Amino acid sequence: MFGYYLELAFRSLRHNKVLTALMVLAIAVGIGASMTTLTVVHLLSGDPIPDKSGVLYFPQVDPQMPADGRHHAPYPEMDYRSAMDLWRAHRADRQSLMTSSMIKLRAPEAQHAPLMLRMLSTTSDFFPMFEVPFQYGHGWSPQDDAQRARVAVISSDLNKKLFAGENSVGRTLRVRDSDVRIVGVLKPWRPTPLFYDPWSQNFSKTEDVFMPFSSSMDVNKGNFQPYTCWDVPKDMRDLQHANCVWVWLWVQLDTPAKVRAYSRFLNDYADQQKDLGRFAVGSKHVRLRDLMTWLEANGMVPADARLQAWLALSFLVICLFNAVGLLLAKFLRRSGEIGVRRALGASRGSIFVQCLIEAGVLGLLGGVFGWLLTLLGLWLVRQQPVQYAPLAHLDLPMFMATFLLALVASLLAGVLPALRASRVAPGLQLKTL
Amino acid sequence: MAIRSTEIRPILASLRKHRIPALLIVLEIALACAVLCNAVFMISQRVSDIQLPSAIDQQGLVTVSLRGTDDKLVGSDIPRNLAALRGIAGVQQAAVTTSLPLSHNNWGWSFGVSPDSAVANRKNINVSLYFLGEGGGKALGLHVLQGRFFNADEFAGSKFDTAALPETHVVVMTRTAASRFWPGQSALGKTIYSKPFYYTVVGVVDDVLRPNVYTQNTSKSYDAIYFPMSAAGSKGAFSYYILRGAPKDRDRIMREAEQKLAELNPGAVAKGKIYMDIRNDYFADMRSMAWMLVLVCAVMLAVTAFGIVGLTSFWVGQRRRQIGIRRAVGATRGQILGYFRTENFLLSTAGVLIGMLLAFGINLYLMQHYEMSRMPWYYLPAGAVTLWLLGQLAVLGPALRAASVPPVEATRSV
Repeated sequence: MFGYYLELAFRSLRHNKVLTALMVLAIAVGIGASMTTLTVVHLLSGDPIPDKSGVLYFPQVDPQMPADGRHHAPYPEMDYRSAMDLWRAHRADRQSLMTSSMIKLRAPEAQHAPLMLRMLSTTSDFFPMFEVPFQYGHGWSPQDDAQRARVAVISSDLNKKLFAGENSVGRTLRVRDSDVRIVGVLKPWRPTPLFYDPWSQNFSKTEDVFMPFSSSMDVNKGNFQPYTCWDVPKDMRDLQHANCVWVWLWVQLDTPAKVRAYSRFLNDYADQQKDLGRFAVGSKHVRLRDLMTWLEANGMVPADARLQAWLALSFLVICLFNAVGLLLAKFLRRSGEIGVRRALGASRGSIFVQCLIEAGVLGLLGGVFGWLLTLLGLWLVRQQPVQYAPLAHLDLPMFMATFLLALVASLLAGVLPALRASRVAPGLQLKTL
Repeated sequence: MAIRSTEIRPILASLRKHRIPALLIVLEIALACAVLCNAVFMISQRVSDIQLPSAIDQQGLVTVSLRGTDDKLVGSDIPRNLAALRGIAGVQQAAVTTSLPLSHNNWGWSFGVSPDSAVANRKNINVSLYFLGEGGGKALGLHVLQGRFFNADEFAGSKFDTAALPETHVVVMTRTAASRFWPGQSALGKTIYSKPFYYTVVGVVDDVLRPNVYTQNTSKSYDAIYFPMSAAGSKGAFSYYILRGAPKDRDRIMREAEQKLAELNPGAVAKGKIYMDIRNDYFADMRSMAWMLVLVCAVMLAVTAFGIVGLTSFWVGQRRRQIGIRRAVGATRGQILGYFRTENFLLSTAGVLIGMLLAFGINLYLMQHYEMSRMPWYYLPAGAVTLWLLGQLAVLGPALRAASVPPVEATRSV
């Protein structure tokens, strides 16, 4: 029966080519535009590290003293002392301190002009905590942190640029004026958004050089930038003793009990610092958000992306209205034919199924063209000079979603006309023939 | 188009028979109208952001960033580099600066107007700081509106000690910043404070953008102040060389300047860029968003028009016999044409009425949830007229086909 209905569907589609083309076009354009945009939105608001985002937390305290009354929430970063206190307490399963700065870098063994790059100063837990993949070597140890070891991990990009992608573990880099030994080379790694840096542009690449927090303080001394200060620093080169925020912390907390315990620890710390007269606001300005909540709170999902999603959806709705209108018109026009089929003994159900199959065929055709249009749309996005452009590719779930959307949309568009068409009274229609 | 009630009644009767397709087309027009109004409004906002004026010579400016220099040698390196840059054919002015408008490279600070203002005082005003080397005003092409720019002594006498603010006591600010510190008064001779630092305003320049702009509160985007700075006292803060020449020479000047600075400073990293590229890069996201909106609007209008064409064609096909009968009993071609145009007009009117309400609602929602300002009222009628015209245009083809149905059609069976 299905085969016969399919044949009928194709015959009917061929019968009115212009109308068929318009319907397929409406569905295809609706799906193409909305899927392109939704792919981009998906990209913009995606989970950068799905395996672990549930156990990664971003602690915040408010070290400003005195309070200026202008801000009602803590800065994303902390002053050096608070960050160090929290890190040294080792109350979480894993914890990494971080700050990012510009460095000048040369590789004495590679013939390459000096480079200005970003360096992430962090601690040994960073690599296991964020599941950073290594191509060669490995991260540094807690002992390296403690002994201010002159070691570094470099990005895959930098390794390609300086050492043509060969194993460069053990080679030396000149960072500012110090020699630093490479202990690890990363595989290409590009978490999107770049969640661990609160000041990154969303689609920035990772830093090219990673160094122990302790030794990077020596190597790049005087070149760290504060985000904000509430006193004029006596010496801009000595941020460790300035009233500025410029260091931040990520922690891994494996169980809800540990999250609660850590939250208590943070509150106690802030209140204690307030009692000591170092913080103006205590636990009231303490935050401990998990990764996705933090991304949302920090506005790392651009508002533009959401607007685009809304636009795409309303666009899809317009196209669906269009398709339903045309489909309805088409089915009702055939009431004569339907009357004949009913008079020859077809049940309402089989008329209904026949109409749905025709709608489904339209949906599939629309889906195929919509998929092609999506590919075209994403290609257009990749031509744009925006940071996320190179990441815009159709992934498999999105691809499946395209087809599903096409089918569901057209079946929905088909239900109403099918219902009406199946109600056509056979006698009435036959009379007018 | 004159509409008589005698024409409308049969139209309404026939629309009642096709309630669902008619309703769908009305909803489609409504949604299209709502999305169109809001999308065009967003486009216009982005376009006005992209065109924010900035009173420097944007067209003729070339920049070369030089990073990784030796801070101890900048006192002699900068004058040597500048002398070499001035030797490039076509360079009229050359100077150094710490940052540029729209470069993302922001150095912010907050000042107050009373002597006890500390940096974290809540009444303070946040401004972006630009430090210029000697000749910087001319190289940028700043327009002095009141007072004067810095003199040679002020440039030579300004230096960074260990703090973030310079050891000088003069400052030049933009017109907007001046009126924010002292609304309704002249800023000349007045002083801004950030304990223990204080600076007296010697000049006011026309508005120049900050390194980062605020797209929703554009007046805040001009709160910038200028300090003089000596090469020797700059401690490596001068990261940009700026050169001014004729716009037609800028690409060549940029290449030659980058090459020259790289030769002279083998240990540092030189990167040239014409200023317009910095500006265009800053607004790249916004521009691509605006284009996307334009594209969506165009395709959406096209789809709506196709929908109208499709449905009307279908209705025309369905009513060939009735049209033939009307023609046979004396209706003119014009009247048949008028019938379909009036029908479309009625559908469009219903659509745009709902659409305008919807557009207003969407705007309210966007204002609440996204940084969106209120849409001026005239967007609504403009959107409505657009869809009316689109509807009339789309219906024209099928309606003409209807008008060409010969009266003899009445005698044929289906």
